[in-house]
Amino acid sequence: MDAPVVSVDGLRVVRGGRPVVDGVSFTVPAGQVTGLLGPSGCGKTTLMRSIVGVQIVAGGTIDVLGEPAGSRGLRSRVGYVTQSAAVYGDLSVRDNVRYFARMLGAPASDVDRVIREVGLDDQTGQLVGRLSGGQRERVSLATALLGTPELLVLDEPTVGVDPVLRRDLWARFRDLAAAGASLLVSSHVMDEAARCDRLLLMREGRLLADETPDALLARTGTATVEDAFLALIEASVPA
Amino acid sequence: MTPARTLATARRVLLQLRHDPRTLAMLLVVPVVLMGLLAWILTDAEFDFWAPPLLGIFPLLVMFLVTSVATLRERTGGTLERLLSMPTGKGDIIFGYALAFGTVAVVQAVVVSAAAFGLFGLQVAGSPGLVGLVAVIDALLGTALGLFVSAFARTEFQAVQFMPLVLIPQILLCGLLVPTDELPAVLRWVSVVLPMTYAVEAMQQVLHSVTTTSAFRQDVAILTLIAVGLLGLGAATLRRRTA
Repeated sequence: MDAPVVSVDGLRVVRGGRPVVDGVSFTVPAGQVTGLLGPSGCGKTTLMRSIVGVQIVAGGTIDVLGEPAGSRGLRSRVGYVTQSAAVYGDLSVRDNVRYFARMLGAPASDVDRVIREVGLDDQTGQLVGRLSGGQRERVSLATALLGTPELLVLDEPTVGVDPVLRRDLWARFRDLAAAGASLLVSSHVMDEAARCDRLLLMREGRLLADETPDALLARTGTATVEDAFLALIEASVPA
Repeated sequence: MTPARTLATARRVLLQLRHDPRTLAMLLVVPVVLMGLLAWILTDAEFDFWAPPLLGIFPLLVMFLVTSVATLRERTGGTLERLLSMPTGKGDIIFGYALAFGTVAVVQAVVVSAAAFGLFGLQVAGSPGLVGLVAVIDALLGTALGLFVSAFARTEFQAVQFMPLVLIPQILLCGLLVPTDELPAVLRWVSVVLPMTYAVEAMQQVLHSVTTTSAFRQDVAILTLIAVGLLGLGAATLRRRTA
């Protein structure tokens, strides 16, 4: 098996005197879709920001593609989608994507391709500020698909997306993994877990599970990830 | 930092402005209207005294406001974090903004100066072109100051409040209301480190001298240095890692 694309060891992030991520260690395997699941506020976004290298961390080490997280060389190799759409409301869909393509040095032909992939080809000329919230997030997602990132860190990319597009996007994530990219995708929707190769379950800054969906269900003797999550929480609370 | 990325950023900022025609119109029309108002209430000789310094102060004020709000939006909207997680240099962002707003400033300076000279009959001893040059440098200075202070504001309300804090003391001390050598000693020293003092002095030189004086050249050099220095400080306030 290939070396992991991300190795997190003893990561601690403190914000406002309170640990937000508290001694988390795991690896993200290459060429797979790893799901990061947990309720809102559990530290998913902070963990992802740490991997991308935009978060001030209090302790621990993070290796990404063989370099410390946030290294200069990683900036064109890691794609990142923030939870709220980080795009310009006063630019059209195409102008947004084109700008980020120029900043990444991605080929100009990528612009139409990624807009098509997120299903916005009918809105290319529209101002992003006039789109719905879900459509804005798709513009943001489109910019992360530019070029050929080796690692994609996607923070809740399918929030507010209709079921057909959600299916298509997950198919696209699977294609990317099949082509050799590695993905870390967060969600608070437990049914998305079934589409992942591997799951990280997070609660209150700690990891509750790091295994395949099948192994998780077998270990907890449950039928759904939602139930597995509940079983793990109950098991971790001292009686 | 690469020329391609800096230019792409400047182009993007200008495209954003193009989608905001009201702001663009106000950038050009408001200073002209204010200049007209000034010409209306003052005698010709008074207008010739007040208009050149104001031609220097308008672009500084306007560009300060526009830039501090625009960059604050970039910080709070997540796009700055996004850009800094990409192979973007901090200079690409700062100089991209400076280039875009500098371009707007050139247009603004040309329009307002043309109105002041053509419509309102402003007369100066020196060349109107030099008035325009100082106006452009002042606009860049406003952009640089706006970029810098936006780092210290969390909300757009705070950013707007920096204007009275940063600019009004400069207007009071720049030598326009009271000549700087008549200020109390302490304030005279303060005025020496405030950039608007040089902006106003440069305009007064054009007003009174047919040829460019050494004082004018010195003022322009100091203004340019301060603008470039503040742009550098502005770049330093961009942090790739935040809490």
